[in-house]
Amino acid sequence: MTTVARTRKDVAVVAHLLRRAGFGATRDQIDQYVAKGYEETVEELLNPRVGQPEDQDLMDRYFIASVEARSPGHADPQWSWRLATSEKPLEEKIALFWHGLLAVGGVKLDHGLEMLTEIDLFRRVGLGSFRNILFEISRNPGMMYWLDNQNSHKGAPNENYGRELLELFSMGIDDLGGGAYTEDDVKAAARAFTGWASKPTPPPFFLGPFPMEFRFDASDHDNDEKSFLGETGNFNGEDIIDIIVKKRASAHFIAMRLYLFFVSDEPDEGEIERLTDLFQETDGDIRSMLRYIFNSDHFKSADVRFRKVKSPAELVFGTARLTDRFDIPDMDSSMLANQSLFMGQHLLNPPGVEGWHEGEEWVDSGSLIERVNFAASELGRRDSHGVRRMLDRVGSAGDDLEPEEFVEACLDALGSIELSPGSKTVLVEHAAQYRSAVSGTVDGTDRAVEMFQLIVSTPDYQYC
Amino acid sequence: MANNKNGHREKNLVVIQLSGGNDYLNTMVPYQDGLYYDFRPSMGLKGDDLIPLDDRMAFNSNMGPFKGLFDQGKMAVLMGIGYPEPNRSHFRSMDIWHTAEPFTSSAEGWLGKANSLIDPEGKNPITTVNFGRGLPRALASQGVSVASVGALESYGLYTGLAGAQNRDAMLDTISRIYQPMAEGGFPSRRILETGRGALDGADILREAPSKYTSDVEYPEDNPIAQSLKGIAQVMSADLGTRVYYAAHGSFDTHTNELVNHALLWNQLSKAVECFWDDVVAQGKANETVIWMFSEFGRRIADNGAGTDHGSGGVAFVIGDSVKGGLYGEYPKLAVSDQLDGDVRFNTDFRRVYATLLEDVLGVESEPVLKQKFSTLDLITV
Repeated sequence: MTTVARTRKDVAVVAHLLRRAGFGATRDQIDQYVAKGYEETVEELLNPRVGQPEDQDLMDRYFIASVEARSPGHADPQWSWRLATSEKPLEEKIALFWHGLLAVGGVKLDHGLEMLTEIDLFRRVGLGSFRNILFEISRNPGMMYWLDNQNSHKGAPNENYGRELLELFSMGIDDLGGGAYTEDDVKAAARAFTGWASKPTPPPFFLGPFPMEFRFDASDHDNDEKSFLGETGNFNGEDIIDIIVKKRASAHFIAMRLYLFFVSDEPDEGEIERLTDLFQETDGDIRSMLRYIFNSDHFKSADVRFRKVKSPAELVFGTARLTDRFDIPDMDSSMLANQSLFMGQHLLNPPGVEGWHEGEEWVDSGSLIERVNFAASELGRRDSHGVRRMLDRVGSAGDDLEPEEFVEACLDALGSIELSPGSKTVLVEHAAQYRSAVSGTVDGTDRAVEMFQLIVSTPDYQYC
Repeated sequence: MANNKNGHREKNLVVIQLSGGNDYLNTMVPYQDGLYYDFRPSMGLKGDDLIPLDDRMAFNSNMGPFKGLFDQGKMAVLMGIGYPEPNRSHFRSMDIWHTAEPFTSSAEGWLGKANSLIDPEGKNPITTVNFGRGLPRALASQGVSVASVGALESYGLYTGLAGAQNRDAMLDTISRIYQPMAEGGFPSRRILETGRGALDGADILREAPSKYTSDVEYPEDNPIAQSLKGIAQVMSADLGTRVYYAAHGSFDTHTNELVNHALLWNQLSKAVECFWDDVVAQGKANETVIWMFSEFGRRIADNGAGTDHGSGGVAFVIGDSVKGGLYGEYPKLAVSDQLDGDVRFNTDFRRVYATLLEDVLGVESEPVLKQKFSTLDLITV
């Protein structure tokens, strides 16, 4: 392989990594990551710097209404800003993953402050052990309220949390509704979680929410013996989690969800089995599983590249990041959350405990029009830092490019995007309509912007 | 209009959502009940602020045009509407009205499901048209295409796009890319077909205003009037649309209620008056039914400047085929009759949905509502 060919392949694979482990990267960022090396980039993504984010104070000053946010609508400017600007992209991506899997929504919680607390929880522990993630979410006041655990009492357990913990958060069920657990296991789990609740319980306060905290009420906890998944003892909620995470069904469930979110909409059973083994070998260490995924030949292969339909958040923030236009937290950045809502993903307000239906279901005729119009209008921001740099790149590719070379230059400038032969042929024909002026002239700029807009309008761009 | 399986003419449904929780008691005022004035020292309506309907109830005076429809017997007022175990969160309560599922969280809307019964093969991408950005969950259902329109004239791809000097050529190119091809290819057939449907639906809808003529002048500075004008335009083009959806608000009048609630009803009254005149002029008054609802009513007692979230509310059904009048119980305000400070609901909104599904849209209600609700005798079929 020639050096040029090797470099092109490196660029394509790093661009793919950043689309999946984050929200894409500009062409310049891709060059920086390529220079650093693929595996080094994976490690940097997997080990984001810890500590208080330096932009919290900035956000609190600009988004005054989102300090102690009342509703999801008050809270989402904060997450929008992070999704659009964070330099720790996997931290935000893993938060989005858990937000969809361990879904808690404003539809019932209606407590913006607590919703942001959850997202922070996922940033903090989302790459660690699954046991710890389940433990933390089980002590999360928003989750306890969302699944009615405040109504679960000694002698009168509410089964909601016990059931969803098994069905939706860990062991899962098959297409026929069967699971590797029984109704008796659900009841035992519910009894073990009695006394786990939040303080205060949140009604929708008119003047704003109060901070909530976890509260264990020992006097309301069922201390009798329980049988759960074949073990017997005086189990508390923590014991239930310990038992759950040892089961292969849980390992397989998380392996499947990670695969569908990070690799492809089409499951590959062989890869998922290997991930399941890895879960069991590492006590469910999410970081180890992602390291395996990102470094695998399967992940880097053309078979899975552009085989995942972008969620609205991926489309919105991935496109907005290309323009690199957010210098301070303002209305522009907070409007991005609205765009995602228009396309069917209301961040901080998933439609139910199952999170969102992902994959092709994201795209309906109304949302597709929103997706295309949003992406095209972002690329029309020719004064933004990002679009200016893209125009420079296309300009520096040469003054008299053949139509195909021009389309290639535009695809590369957009962060190494690839198109199907059918879509590309039509765009090359479009470019052939204006063969001349590609460089620094006004016309050349118009044409490059127009080609960017067409590229992000394609069905291909709906995939990442 | 086709006849449905019972031989009745099918009708079209226009939904107007009053977002934010419309205050039942200052919409329909129990003006002879001293308790109303006791509980509402700061915002009890009286005298010129009222339009009496009978010796107990009066419309808010900002509802003047509705009085005409009511007197002609074309407006049904459903007093004390709600659902069991009411929830006072906007999000959750609106969700319950959208999905008709008070006890579980669902991603499927009642009208989305109705759409898939009306058009099972998804042949018409504009069976349902929503005016507004983003899809209300009421219209969401797996595999159902719904056109969501901001403004008709600018609906479609690349409208108002900065930098698109060459819009026609761009549209032409995109249209050539979204051509369905064989199953199993990339991009998937499903996404290409969705794009095709979106482009076709947009073309059809954008044409509607050019074919529309009307003597009715809708007020420009009134958003719900502009949405209803758009609905009238689509309606006049006879495109097979069966469900129209628009929202008005915000009715979340915790403060300054007297001013804001009056303004909202003033806008809505004028908008519906214009729309109904238009519908009559189009000769569609008998096949059009308007349904207006809100996610909850508000507290019986005021808070000094407004009212807080409550439960039992009021909803309206309007049309030539509607049997007008007052339905449900007159509001009982005595403390012993209240539900935690609210009007107790007496009519489950799902009975109205069953009625609208069966007697307006001409589809079975049980698959949508997951159980059989007795219908109300509201519609002349």
